[in-house]
Amino acid sequence: MRKAASEATTHPVLIFWIAAGWVGYVLLPWYGVEDGFFSFGWLTGGYPFDQDYAPAAFLIAQGEKLWLAPMLLALIAPLVVLRLRKTDPPYSVVLILAGGFGFSWLMAQGFGIGIRGFNYDWLTAIFGELGDRQFGMGYGALILASSFLFLFTQGIAARGAINGDVFVVSAIGGVIVIVATFVFFPIARMLIAAFITDDGGYAIGAFLSKFFDDRLWGLGCFWGARCGAALNSLFMAICVATLTTLLGLAFALVVTRSGFRFNRWLRALTVLPIITPPFVISLALILLFGLSGTVTTFFADLFGTQPTRWLYGLPGIMIAQTLAYTPIAFLVMIGVVEGVSPSMEEAAQTLRADRWQTFKTVSLPLMRPGLANAFLLGFIESMADFGNPLVLGGNYDVLSTEIFFAIVGAQYDQGRAAVFAIVLLFFTLSAFFAQRRWLGKRSYTTVTGKGDAGVHPLMPRRLAWPVFAIAGIWGTFTVIVYGMIVYGSFVELWGVSNTLTFKHYITAFSIGFTEHGLHWSGSAWDSFFTTIFIAATAAPLTAAVGLVTAYLLTRQTFRGKDSFEFGTMLSFAIPGTVIGVSYILAFNVPPIELTGTGIILVVSFIFRNMPVGVRAGIASMSQLDKSLDESSLTLGANSWQTFRRVILPLLRPAILAALVFSFVRAMTAISAVIFLVSAQYNMATSYIIGRVENNDYGLAIAYATTLIFVMLTAVAFLQLIVGRTQIGRRTQFVTGR
Amino acid sequence: MADTQITGKAAPVSFRSVTKVYGREVTAVDDVSFDVEAGKLVTLLGPSGCGKTTMLRMIAGLEMVTTGRILIGDKDVTILPATDRDVSMVFQSYALFPHMSVLENVAYGLGFSGFPKTEARDRALAGLDLVGLKGYGDRLPSELSGGQQQRVAVARALVLEPQVLLFDEPLSNLDAKLRRQVREDIRSIQQDLGLTVIYVTHDQEEALAVSDEIVVMRNAQIAQIGTPRQLYDAPADAFVADFIGEANLIPCEILSVEADTAEIAVDGYRYRLPSRGLPPGPAKMAVRPSRIVLGVEGGFTATVARATYVGVHMEYSLETSFGSIFAVHDDVYDAHDIGSEVKVGFKSPGPVLIPGG
Repeated sequence: MRKAASEATTHPVLIFWIAAGWVGYVLLPWYGVEDGFFSFGWLTGGYPFDQDYAPAAFLIAQGEKLWLAPMLLALIAPLVVLRLRKTDPPYSVVLILAGGFGFSWLMAQGFGIGIRGFNYDWLTAIFGELGDRQFGMGYGALILASSFLFLFTQGIAARGAINGDVFVVSAIGGVIVIVATFVFFPIARMLIAAFITDDGGYAIGAFLSKFFDDRLWGLGCFWGARCGAALNSLFMAICVATLTTLLGLAFALVVTRSGFRFNRWLRALTVLPIITPPFVISLALILLFGLSGTVTTFFADLFGTQPTRWLYGLPGIMIAQTLAYTPIAFLVMIGVVEGVSPSMEEAAQTLRADRWQTFKTVSLPLMRPGLANAFLLGFIESMADFGNPLVLGGNYDVLSTEIFFAIVGAQYDQGRAAVFAIVLLFFTLSAFFAQRRWLGKRSYTTVTGKGDAGVHPLMPRRLAWPVFAIAGIWGTFTVIVYGMIVYGSFVELWGVSNTLTFKHYITAFSIGFTEHGLHWSGSAWDSFFTTIFIAATAAPLTAAVGLVTAYLLTRQTFRGKDSFEFGTMLSFAIPGTVIGVSYILAFNVPPIELTGTGIILVVSFIFRNMPVGVRAGIASMSQLDKSLDESSLTLGANSWQTFRRVILPLLRPAILAALVFSFVRAMTAISAVIFLVSAQYNMATSYIIGRVENNDYGLAIAYATTLIFVMLTAVAFLQLIVGRTQIGRRTQFVTGR
Repeated sequence: MADTQITGKAAPVSFRSVTKVYGREVTAVDDVSFDVEAGKLVTLLGPSGCGKTTMLRMIAGLEMVTTGRILIGDKDVTILPATDRDVSMVFQSYALFPHMSVLENVAYGLGFSGFPKTEARDRALAGLDLVGLKGYGDRLPSELSGGQQQRVAVARALVLEPQVLLFDEPLSNLDAKLRRQVREDIRSIQQDLGLTVIYVTHDQEEALAVSDEIVVMRNAQIAQIGTPRQLYDAPADAFVADFIGEANLIPCEILSVEADTAEIAVDGYRYRLPSRGLPPGPAKMAVRPSRIVLGVEGGFTATVARATYVGVHMEYSLETSFGSIFAVHDDVYDAHDIGSEVKVGFKSPGPVLIPGG
């Protein structure tokens, strides 16, 4: 006989979170500890009475920071309901009020009182000068905030939301709060920063004057001067998106419609952009076409002309980005081209259309949504790209690099960076909106799962030749470029001394032996270990957040699910540079002080890569029949037990994939990272960019090559494991139609 | 092993004006009330989209009612989630967990019901024994045939000794020959253990074969409740008559009613049958194809429009003055020719008057 949880009078989850709240309030240091999140020096440094390390309760006992006191009420109140049943009305009311009040008060005091006392003039006007101040929140505040949040969600669940499911309500609450904190809050801060005038006030004029700046919208390039960065970015993104879409289509046609025998190798190409740090292609292009590049000097000798700097600017960026993002378009297009039902094409052929007519009147129209999708993806990627314009940009200003120079250059103009970031965000979000509004529900190529026992016809001949030529040329070019990367890492000084050497690897990765044992004497080890550590920390968290979100999106229905989905996928369309700027603006001051720590890097990776995890999770979860969950529920498991014992084990391949991809993406990222690194936490990519800026190409390329091989190993490892798992699952229970 | 005997803890189920609305407009179940006695097998029968699966899922707690109440035993379970209801369900797809062995699947629910590990194992083994799968415990579900998977799903639900056991079209993934076998197994387990079973199907023959009582649903409402025989012999309306077995709807004239027996006329052919409370005047009657006789003295006239030989009998389409009717005839050796005229009458008993028809 089953006992209903609604009649129980002991609530282990509730007890846990109440206890956690008390621990956060009474035992742990309230404010952030200076020496870092994971250092425990505070234990011996005067805790619990020293002001810097004292828990909230001790602060109040000493008569300090009295504004923390009201939260005590919200901690005491839940104790009253411990004896009640969940169905008793006071149970939910007390928890909602206590959790809600506690959480709001915690936030309000955090934002209201900063390092200079009250943060807002109107607070000073009401309460007078505070004469005290506070720094960023620490462990205590973090734990207490979680405690309040989950008390609140338990109250909501007890009122009957989502069938009173505590796990689901808490998961929704948790995801909303972290996304709000680390995506929406920084973006909002950035929006506000765009309105700040030079003397610190707020004015719409400040925004407008920066917004209508010639550096954004100037049309100078039509008469020989420079164009604005916004127009440059837009033009470049449209060109790159068009090129990558067409090339992607060509490659997809070769793979699926030509009887081409080396398909596996072409498909392997799609791994390249995942494991290549974005700017590495630029480096290879410089080796080929730069002032002292192989091709340049070859032609210069041949025709006796002066080598030019044509590569630096729009042509270079375009070539680099097209190389980098064609595989992504290919990946999209291959799904689209294969998704066109063969029976449609066969039907057209039996209706007396020849191959060209079939392609033109049936296949191509069916692929149209896929083409648009690939175009928009390419557009977003190109807009957001930071590494290639930084290395190859020359005088061609684009938004992403302009933002960077506005904030790190001599000009240090937060307002301008914010305005530029808003424009960039506007472009990428528009593309993102277009993609969802327009394509979300209009895919004709859904595979029904019913056996579609047809064969795709071959390409018509008049299409086949150009497609083969284009794919062949571009494929060869890609191989040469990647070859250059490996080769270049062994050349002593490109264009000057072409002798082969291990010099760069030794500089970067030498290991010395001293009396203390191993000594990592290479110059790159520091950033290499930091990168591995940060990426390895971020990966499981990204996977966890992504999978929980995917679970909520595929398995649960709740009010506002559409906005929830939109919010969680949004960070996909936010360029890394924008994340970088907004994080600096938002997390440099209390209540959440993170700049200069490793945490800010981890956090930025989690939210940059979360959409990848969510998509992977959604894709594999929608393959699991919903009746699996339902049968688990009717057998008496609650939703948390179902998630842990049924869904997670079946998702093992998806989890692994999410882990490896977020790891790899964290290692290759540059755009957000370059704003957030510090002397203590330098990442491999920003170190390499630093080398490039010093014209130390050899070392930069050697380091990049090493990274590529490390990531290749990670991906190969994944293939191995996932490949095996799938063999074990081959005969598994097949899901609904 | 006496303590690992699986017993039934059957409880009645009661629907009180239950309505389920999806979104704003779609009414899946519209103000439905009925009671299921403890220990009975009740079938929810109807065409697809009539709301029967929604009703089942509401009993399981997988869907929540919009208005109304559901009682299991004497307890109001309306707001309880699935986890907290003492109900088990056998899914159409079986929903066996592919990553667990058969035994782990069967023991899954026992783990959450507070049984110690050894007892859970004993009970799971007893459950497998009950469905005739002794010795299959260590296999993976993917290593079993469809019929065996089905039985694992039943065992998994049975071992929890639920107050109500639910079946959602349990036979639809089995081939035709296996269906008869499995439905007899389900019925005998239900009767041996005295379980309350609610069973959803759209197959009327299956419903007639297994049920103590059938609830026929149409457009989110109950069309008729009754034993299989009541539904077949005395359908409440044309829909039920046509849905449970095939039926010809034939217009007729009630000439007179005497002590619950009516005399009717169809195109001049006279016939006597129970009046079912209908007054004299025009009416409609339902006649099963097998209750139509060809070559009756004084019968109404029909022309053979089509004659099909299907082995065990002949199937005829007949054109009459009131439309076409469908008849089957056992005599396959002396068939009527297409285009020939026949005199048609009814066997007795068989035809029924349709109230309100």
